[in-house]
Amino acid sequence: MVELLATSPCEGLLPLCIGQVTLREEEVGHLTSLAPYRGQSDALSQTLHSAHGVAFPAPNRVTGKAGARAIWFGRDQALLMGPEPDQSLRAHAAIADLSDGWAAVRLEGDGAEDVLARLVPVDLRREHFKRGHTIRSQIFHLNASISRVDDNGFVMLVFRSMAASLVHDLKTAMEGVAARG
Amino acid sequence: MRITCPHCGERDRREFYYRGAAVDLDRPAPDAGEKAWDSFVYLHDNPAGETRDLWYHEGGCGAWLVVTRNTVTHAVLKTELASQARS
Ligand SMILES: [Zn+2]
Repeated sequence: MVELLATSPCEGLLPLCIGQVTLREEEVGHLTSLAPYRGQSDALSQTLHSAHGVAFPAPNRVTGKAGARAIWFGRDQALLMGPEPDQSLRAHAAIADLSDGWAAVRLEGDGAEDVLARLVPVDLRREHFKRGHTIRSQIFHLNASISRVDDNGFVMLVFRSMAASLVHDLKTAMEGVAARG
Repeated sequence: MRITCPHCGERDRREFYYRGAAVDLDRPAPDAGEKAWDSFVYLHDNPAGETRDLWYHEGGCGAWLVVTRNTVTHAVLKTELASQARS
């Protein structure tokens, strides 16, 4: 009988600590795509709030906190991060389990903004990109979701198959920032 | 070149995929006849000046956009969601 062991997307690649910046894998729990049916956005938001305590996020915003977050994930789409999705959501939205499909990492520390400035074509400095803000953009060549979840911390998601590239690109940028002292 | 996505704000061109002239939004009916389909598929304008294109925000929110721009000055004049430009 073969014993199968689950491995996380960044198994063997993280954590990394370079200069003042750390990169580690984020424990995200369930990942669920929520795509409201036409005209059902308000109803979905109410149901989401009763079931999980979070509202459906406006574009470029995150609602909730660690354990249950809803991250705006694109046009008419949010990612529920944490809880197993309540069945009541199905009345208002197309629901898809993406749990094993995405790699999630957290970049933290003084200089995290400088690391991302080397890779992301959007201004992520605190004055423009505050806690609770999120974007869909690119990390070097990888399509990504980037959220500021703490004053000094970013959670980023890319397709799971890109996990090694993500770590490689972030590591290179972290080394570049650290080398400048 | 920068394009302002109605969802995401002003973004670099690298995040977008170019589809072509926005004539795709005015697709003829299946029974519109050979002339209409010939024109739709092959006879595109190539304007020096203002043009409307379809762009896909691939490295962003995943929305299709209609971008009005000037091919002579390279100015981007307007962006709107294709779903709204059509209706
Ligand atoms: Zn967009």
